[in-house]
Amino acid sequence: MTESNIAIELINVDKHFGAVHANDKVNLSVQTGTIHGIVGENGAGKSTLMSILYGFYQADSGQIKVFNKDFRAISSKQSIEAGIGMVHQHFMLVDNFTVLENVVLGSEGGALISESLANARIELTRLAKEYGLEVDLDVAIEDLSVGMQQRVEILKGLYKGAKVLILDEPTGVLTPQESDELFRIFEALKKQGVTIILITHKLREIMSITDNVSVMRAGKMVAHRETSKTNPEELAELMIGRKVLLNIKKSKAKSGSPALIAKNLEIMNEQGLKRVSDVSFEARSGEILGIAGVTGNGQGTLLKALAGILPISKGSIEIMGETITSNNTLNPEQLRNLGVAHVPEDRQRMGMISEFTASETALLGYHNDKTINQGVWLKRASVKANCESMMEAFDVRPSNPNLMSSNFSGGNQQKLILAREFERDPDLLIIGQPTRGVDIGAIEFIRKRIIEMRDAGKAIILISVELEEIMSLSDRIVVMCDGEITGTVNGSEADEATLGMMMANALESEDSLKGAKV
Amino acid sequence: MSDIFLSTVLTLDASVRVCVPLIFASMAGLFAERSGVVDIGLEGKLLMSAFIAASAAVVFGSPWIGLLAGIIASSVLAMVHGFASITYKGNQIVSGVAINILAAGLTMILSLAWFKKAGITPTLNNDQRFLSIDLPGLDLIDHVPILGVIYRELISGHNILVYLAFVIVPMVWWVVFKTRFGLRLRAVGENPKAVDTAGISVESLRYKALLIGGILCGIGGVYLSTAYNAQFVKDMTAGSGFIALAALIFGKWHPYKVLAACFLFAFLDAISIRLQGIVIPGVGEIPVQLIEATPYILTIILLAGFIGKAVPPKASAQPYIKEL
Amino acid sequence: MTRERRLSWINGLLLPFLNVLTAFIATAIVFILIGVDPIEATKILIYGALGYDEGLGYTLYYATNFVFTGLAVAVAFHAGLFNIGGEGQAYVGGLGTAIVALYLNPALSAWIVIPLAISGGLLFGALWAIIPAYLQAYRGSHIVITTIMFNFLASALMVYVLVNVLREVGEMSPESADFIKASWLPFVHDVFASFGYKIAKSPLNLSILVALFFSGLVWFFLWHTRWGYAIRAVGKSNDAAVYGGINPKKIIIVTMCISGALAGLVGINELMGVQHRLFLNFNYGYGFGGIAVALMGRNHPVGILIAAFLFGILYQGGAELDFELQNVSRDIVVVMQGLVILFCGGLEYLYRPILIRFLAPIEATE
Repeated sequence: MTESNIAIELINVDKHFGAVHANDKVNLSVQTGTIHGIVGENGAGKSTLMSILYGFYQADSGQIKVFNKDFRAISSKQSIEAGIGMVHQHFMLVDNFTVLENVVLGSEGGALISESLANARIELTRLAKEYGLEVDLDVAIEDLSVGMQQRVEILKGLYKGAKVLILDEPTGVLTPQESDELFRIFEALKKQGVTIILITHKLREIMSITDNVSVMRAGKMVAHRETSKTNPEELAELMIGRKVLLNIKKSKAKSGSPALIAKNLEIMNEQGLKRVSDVSFEARSGEILGIAGVTGNGQGTLLKALAGILPISKGSIEIMGETITSNNTLNPEQLRNLGVAHVPEDRQRMGMISEFTASETALLGYHNDKTINQGVWLKRASVKANCESMMEAFDVRPSNPNLMSSNFSGGNQQKLILAREFERDPDLLIIGQPTRGVDIGAIEFIRKRIIEMRDAGKAIILISVELEEIMSLSDRIVVMCDGEITGTVNGSEADEATLGMMMANALESEDSLKGAKV
Repeated sequence: MSDIFLSTVLTLDASVRVCVPLIFASMAGLFAERSGVVDIGLEGKLLMSAFIAASAAVVFGSPWIGLLAGIIASSVLAMVHGFASITYKGNQIVSGVAINILAAGLTMILSLAWFKKAGITPTLNNDQRFLSIDLPGLDLIDHVPILGVIYRELISGHNILVYLAFVIVPMVWWVVFKTRFGLRLRAVGENPKAVDTAGISVESLRYKALLIGGILCGIGGVYLSTAYNAQFVKDMTAGSGFIALAALIFGKWHPYKVLAACFLFAFLDAISIRLQGIVIPGVGEIPVQLIEATPYILTIILLAGFIGKAVPPKASAQPYIKEL
Repeated sequence: MTRERRLSWINGLLLPFLNVLTAFIATAIVFILIGVDPIEATKILIYGALGYDEGLGYTLYYATNFVFTGLAVAVAFHAGLFNIGGEGQAYVGGLGTAIVALYLNPALSAWIVIPLAISGGLLFGALWAIIPAYLQAYRGSHIVITTIMFNFLASALMVYVLVNVLREVGEMSPESADFIKASWLPFVHDVFASFGYKIAKSPLNLSILVALFFSGLVWFFLWHTRWGYAIRAVGKSNDAAVYGGINPKKIIIVTMCISGALAGLVGINELMGVQHRLFLNFNYGYGFGGIAVALMGRNHPVGILIAAFLFGILYQGGAELDFELQNVSRDIVVVMQGLVILFCGGLEYLYRPILIRFLAPIEATE
């Protein structure tokens, strides 16, 4: 490869956020006109690196070259001028603006907007044709589907003259069809000479679309490969840093009676959009039921409904002899009293209160418990003692109940939450993303504890977007796509290919997906 | 008949006069809130500007110097608000409350120090005030029935700041909806991240919005002490800043609707004085306090979503913190 | 010292101290600008507030009001609510107190009347807060705006009630008749006198004990009951509270009622303690003062007691300044309040970047 072929070159880029070393002397070079993947686990530093390139953050040290020219950005303005565009994971669009207004924002041209809008309309129509990115320019963003919004983001980048387009986890919120459409657009862009940097943690995407791939782990760039000369196993190993994926030894499940029976559930999310429809399953004691699916296919909404946070609009849930329907709801506290424990998906926002001490976080959901209350008095000594015993049982470090929850590492926060939920001897455990953003050591610990709970005869519902986690833990697996169950398999018989097909709903007819607006 | 007509015209005329500070203050609030900064401090800025303007007009003998001084005083407070809520990402409401209280205290302390009387400035003579101007053609139209009265009482005979207030509103509309600055202003109040990633500085936009607000609010204050009245007196804003805030919400952050709300509230104020002691058949005497409270009641009902829904700019009251 | 410990010292003590100090320095600058020597002014102020019995009595009497409104603002803050309506809640609370203290049978014992009159204040204060609370919880109307509006409504309502309902026939000034004797809270100097100690007369009355009692109660309630836990959980993280089975809507209503009730106690001090009748604007400025007190006291009852005492000193000492110096009036207290709210509230993070930069080398060596 010659010098002139390099679109982006990063040399020893370094970035700290407080005590966190987000990017540790990272090197990267991206060839012009290629699709370059960057893979890594959550928190590996991919997004930070790209945000530095896009001028959103400034590196502490290091050098950046764009098209062989030295490049320094103090804001995104310089990056845009240098021909870099970025499609963020959460779209940077103004919801009540039209597509046209959103695209023009920041590159209006003159002090009055009527002319800018007219010019942009012509240019956008041309771009849309050229790349197959048709979208109605006069519709407000809030009325567009997620897939269309993403298209607007891409158009925005192109309109601003992007020669390099960075996309951060672009398929995370897309249906499989929308993802395919996106990849088609990638090909069109590549043909026109646009360089694409794709950030993802999905290896399948890397293998199918990219030319080159770089792997990040814990802030460091650990490898560069030509995609055709690598395989998912090698990439996974590089991402995680061990030879084999974590495989927990477990005995055969001794399934007991059903602890939870869900029948024909339909659930709306907080915004009132239908996210789960016609879902039925049962969870038995002594067994782990895994619920797999791409992020945003209704699993999160389902989890919240099972835990009493969201009401169901149709169907029923039978738990411990109680039946929940749209008319008869149980709140999270009532469910806890029935013996249901819940480890929420979003640890930071839901599972704990960062500004509470560890002992107060260890109380969340159980503050009405009789053992720590005497009349009106909440006995803080008992609260502290409870927390100390939890910390010991789950090896939470530092084992200081008076420390602010935010001062623990992700793994230790998660262990504290698990301790809180496991230590009260529940009969049914609803667990969401148990190991998200957790270090390897803690992952192993947490998974072993989940298996132990199963072997103690508890019913466990496990929701995870990590297919590997679902496969290594579950006795039975239910796959969700677009709010519906698209397949059920036994844990021992599951393989990634079948599950992947089910997650993309490729085994069924595609009628149910038409008009899907996420 | 002609009595009722004249009385109506005079009430409308009074409404126009009461309306002016509300217009300036609510337009000021419109810029701030459209940019995502809540401005509870309109009241304080009006008050401070009214005091400084009257003081400067007395000392320098010109209303125009008063105008300039009032604008500067209000803008300084606006920049303090910006410093706290934009640069230091503090609580915008707390900062606004601080400005109101600070202004209430400073006007008292400074008037005592400067003029030896707490909470009052010397009376302004006509050279130090903005006086009414007769619009051209008054003689010609004055004799025409109905139109003559309307022209003489309602349209002509106001001071320059009144006319400015009514010119400002379409200008605000034009800036907000037709210019690049307006586009960015509206964007930054809805989604500051979208603005930041488009390569535009969120902080600078918000500072600009607050500065414009400071200037507008300043003119409103100047009007109170050098045009509507002829001196500053203690607490002379009497809640105008909050009524303006109510009008801003009532007008759903849209210049023309806000103008209408301002006029409605000013009208209620004007008739409350006229209705004092008047017994309406079948209803009895309407308490003045009830009419005075109507703007607040209407705003609460609107906020509660019982008549339409007032949805503020999405990012309002949230300091912009750069993170993914 | 560990990093966490150091941070908690900085955030908990050093930063608040620097903020208050800055507010004082800014006040001193205002003094200099108006040609008053700040040191001399401080001397007069301190002497006037603390130098003699009567002054101290006044100081504590003013402080009592600030304790009530400071607690009111703080409780709401803990649930993440900004109650700007203390002014109105105090006002309407006074009406509740007045109704009890005017219309109860004068023959009843003070042991019955006083608790009932206090309850009247608590109840009416709470009632005035409940509509903004409901609108916030169930209709999504912003509580800051609605409580501001409710301050004005309270003002209109009280003028109407005083002028048209409670004013005695033939009286010009809008005020009520005298309260029944049984509702009068004893003055502290009378209490002392009954034990044989003679102290100077001042408006200080037994409301100060009520204030101390409620400070203790708020402390116990917020940190030592499950309800306090729930309130603080909602204030820190709505999602986590919901997850924990706490209903934030109910918490908003309950918290605002408590907050309004506490503000409603201002009338105990002003009306039952001193004036023994209801009159216009008895609440003036205490509601907003409470915001400064709560911010300065870091929303903790102990901090609030200290801050309220400080504002009591300023109020009383300010009156002395008024008297002693020609160039300054007690309105300097209002300026000071504004500056405290600005530096302890809006600009609370002013010194953080500097301190972080200052600490970075120390942390790097660890």
